Amino acid sequence: MRLVILDNYDLASEWAAKYICNCIVKFKPGQDRYFSLGLPTGSTPLGCYKKLIEYHKRGDLSFKYVKTFNMDEYVGLPRNHPESYHSYMWNNFFKHVDIDPNNAHILDGNAEDLQAECDAFEEKIKEAGGIDLFVGGIGPDGHIAFNEPGSSLVSRTRLKTLAMDTILANAKYFDGDLSKVPTMALTVGVGTVMDAREVMILITGAHKAFALYKAIEEGINHMWTVSAFQQHPRTIFVCDEDATLELKVKTVKYFKGLMHVNNKLVDPLYSMKEGN
Amino acid sequence: MRGGQRAAVAPVRQFTNCRILRGGALLREDLWVRGGRILDPEKLFFEERRMADEQRDCGGCILAPGFIDVQMNGGFGVDFSKATEDVGSGVALVARRILSHGVTSFCPTLVTSPPEIYHKVLPQIPVKSGGPHGAGVLGVHLEGPFISREKRGAHPEAYLRSFEANAFHDVLATYGALDNVRIVTLAPELHRSHEVIQALTAQGICVSLGHSVADLGAAEVAVQHGATFITHLFNAMLPFHHRDPGIVGLLTSDQLPPGHCIFYGMIADGIHTNPAALRIAHRAHPQGLVLVTDAVPALGLGNGRHTLGQQEVEVDGLIACIAGTKTLCGSIAPMDVCIRHFLQATGCSVESALEAASLHPAQLLGLEKTKGSLDFGADADFVVLDDTLHVQATYISGELVWKAEETGP
Repeated sequence: MRLVILDNYDLASEWAAKYICNCIVKFKPGQDRYFSLGLPTGSTPLGCYKKLIEYHKRGDLSFKYVKTFNMDEYVGLPRNHPESYHSYMWNNFFKHVDIDPNNAHILDGNAEDLQAECDAFEEKIKEAGGIDLFVGGIGPDGHIAFNEPGSSLVSRTRLKTLAMDTILANAKYFDGDLSKVPTMALTVGVGTVMDAREVMILITGAHKAFALYKAIEEGINHMWTVSAFQQHPRTIFVCDEDATLELKVKTVKYFKGLMHVNNKLVDPLYSMKEGN
Repeated sequence: MRGGQRAAVAPVRQFTNCRILRGGALLREDLWVRGGRILDPEKLFFEERRMADEQRDCGGCILAPGFIDVQMNGGFGVDFSKATEDVGSGVALVARRILSHGVTSFCPTLVTSPPEIYHKVLPQIPVKSGGPHGAGVLGVHLEGPFISREKRGAHPEAYLRSFEANAFHDVLATYGALDNVRIVTLAPELHRSHEVIQALTAQGICVSLGHSVADLGAAEVAVQHGATFITHLFNAMLPFHHRDPGIVGLLTSDQLPPGHCIFYGMIADGIHTNPAALRIAHRAHPQGLVLVTDAVPALGLGNGRHTLGQQEVEVDGLIACIAGTKTLCGSIAPMDVCIRHFLQATGCSVESALEAASLHPAQLLGLEKTKGSLDFGADADFVVLDDTLHVQATYISGELVWKAEETGP
């Protein structure tokens, strides 16, 4: 794996956005060649989305030939509920960029047949030729998407019941009222994300430090599902200082020492304006 | 394929780089319009999977709901109360000219007149949607003749009437058909006013209290019977007294039906109401304040002397006087000037000032679902303003109907 450590949240968000931008621009997407991007929700990626929007507004990055696949969506929450992931993606990303609505895929938590919805999502990913870069986050309990502790590490897109930890963590978005928080969600599986050609996990904040430690310094364990990516050929973890607080000093020093190499991935920052 | 889906295939227009007034706040959001209505872009994205057909950059301006003027007696030389053979042309001229003030809907107002005038004029002022031809007509505001002799102001004494004989039947006999009527101003102390107020309210007509010597008790009872508006607060009514606040006291009355908001018109031209009085009213009851121009035919005629009907009027800036005297003869401040003055005099927020000229009059007339707001589904009547609240462009049903001249070389 690559472990990219930046001083603070803003720098980590910017590094991640630059990396995504470079991936898309260097891919040279076009009419017959779409770039497939997996996307997360939550508070961690907000800074990254803001930066991507900035690059788009500057004219350096277009999403016209990008297909997106979100990781998850609550079950039973109306699509236009302010806390649904459809609302999140619209307000924080889609409405600011030029993505074609037909290429923005999010699981429908109100589908008649939820498992059929999940199977169809897997099909769409296949039809798109697989995912080029899957961006994700990590829960305080080490989960990726809603693959809660105990999820199979080869799981596919399916319906999951949320762990109490997750429900408690989400309560702040529902006026602190536990009874209002959805208890089930549709989520891509660990296996689904593992199929992506490249994976980037964003982890910021001290409250995620223990999960990061469990994910990269301990063994692969279905209780900390992000640990599965130890077996993925191309994974990048992008974090801020605070997220590394539970790691060994040795680990942090080693990876910080590699930053001059990592920074070559984001500097120079490519632009679609340059027309090469 | 074709046909049967006209609304869905209408072009989607996205107004970008702007701040829109929504939910009482100025939000950094784009405004989406289709088929003359404000569109929900999130729904368009996820359900119809469509993007905008056209984008218009608003240069960082403010987009506010089109202004609604519920009291205009005329303007640009036109007097709505004058019984010409072609009242329609006069209304159309005013409707077109006020687009530059940001007004997208209005209520032509008739002052106290004899029945013949009402019978001749009213049928010539139908309710009409706005468009490139001019602001929409929401209905006529009949100010009088059932008002107080003592507080008639400039209304002709000879034509004042009462309805003590036959209540609502007297009203119908005086006005003729009420089809085109939206608001009636009357004095509640007139005998049998309660029956009249109830009957008018039952017809969907807004009853306003004004040109009256009613005390607070009488005013409260009138509101309990259905009155919802006060015509130009402070003017043509008893002054506020601490032991009998009169009609002014309605702003803080505890006798109003629960959930009912009393609205009140204010002429904020800097001349007809002292700024301190404006502030007292605004602070007492900000939600009910409705900015009105109460414009007279001299509006928009420019400085100098003008002949209007039997009068010689001298206009100097925002002041219109009877020629050779210092007697004010009506307001001539356009709506956008009133809004700017209101903002400066009260120190209120830009949002409040804009709502006083759009949302509140819409609420008064029960039109808030389609007018006076930029909520999804509302008519796309809006005005583009710069940061000093000067009108840059006016839109009705999503179409540009007026634009400021570009300044510069």
